[in-house]
Amino acid sequence: MFNKYLVVLLVAIVIFFSSLTMASPVDTYVFQDKVTEIRFNALNKELRCPKCQNQNLADSNSPIAADLRREVYELLQQGKADIEIVDFMVSRYGEFVLYRPRVSSLTYILWYGPAGLLFVGVIVVVIILRRKPVKKAQRTLNAAQKSKLDQILKNK
Amino acid sequence: MGKLIRFIPLILFIALGAVLFRGLSLNPTELPSAMIGKKFPEFGLTSVLNAEKTMTIADFKPGIKLVNVWGTWCPSCRYEHDYLNKISKTNRFTIYGLNYDDERAAAAKWLTELGNPYQFSAFDGQGKLSVNLGVYAAPETFVVDHNNIIRKRYAGPLNPQVWQNEFEPLIVQIEAEHVAMINSQESQ
Repeated sequence: MFNKYLVVLLVAIVIFFSSLTMASPVDTYVFQDKVTEIRFNALNKELRCPKCQNQNLADSNSPIAADLRREVYELLQQGKADIEIVDFMVSRYGEFVLYRPRVSSLTYILWYGPAGLLFVGVIVVVIILRRKPVKKAQRTLNAAQKSKLDQILKNK
Repeated sequence: MGKLIRFIPLILFIALGAVLFRGLSLNPTELPSAMIGKKFPEFGLTSVLNAEKTMTIADFKPGIKLVNVWGTWCPSCRYEHDYLNKISKTNRFTIYGLNYDDERAAAAKWLTELGNPYQFSAFDGQGKLSVNLGVYAAPETFVVDHNNIIRKRYAGPLNPQVWQNEFEPLIVQIEAEHVAMINSQESQ
């Protein structure tokens, strides 16, 4: 009896949440050619939605993302280059709107940090590998140590 | 030297911990505006209360201006509206509205029912001026100085405490700059 109610409840929960699934926004923009459409989609993937920060313009349903998609579309219609459109967004919303931050003095650590760490790691590995033979060489005993060792063994 | 090397991982761990701990108290939604120090963008938008009349930047009165981005869909705008009504009685600055992604009828109803703190509210149904200003949510309030330069962008609702901390010092500073400029012009 209890199980029956539980099943009904689970089914209801599943149906409720599946109805909440949101599709990606669908805009009905018309493009003069295929290339412009590809550029439009690429730009919408590169640009971050300022309001919903973990989504790009293409994914987001928020009004601001819709406005920015329309802005991208209009700039493309005006024949603007991709770089001009990106500059347009950066000058208004800051570097933040770029999912791939540009290389600047602020982002050096971001761009070159991983390579730098790898380099440091390689150096550390090389140092460690080189040190081992030196240690082995030190292990040979000198005359005084040898006689001492013989004595200890004899006493046993 | 050998002993010191042993502590390097610990030192690195503490440094990383400090950086990440600082990150916990940062608010990622607080974005710096890219518009600070730039001229207020040109616009040509109708007024919420008068669909016939096109308002432009020339309709700003001289002096310090606050431009407040609002919409009837925005609960925080409702929260700050009474405070805006209150500060609009001053003669230190004038307040302008930027009605963002809204419906004109609803916006007009809001202004007639709740009071109108704005000299005019530009109706930006398409988000044109809002995008040019780098607006990403409402409410946002911009401080624009005598020369139509944007001096500050505040995202979030206004209240007396926010005003005292964020706005009052800047308004005082702009007033002082303006007085200094007038004095230097007179002495020339």
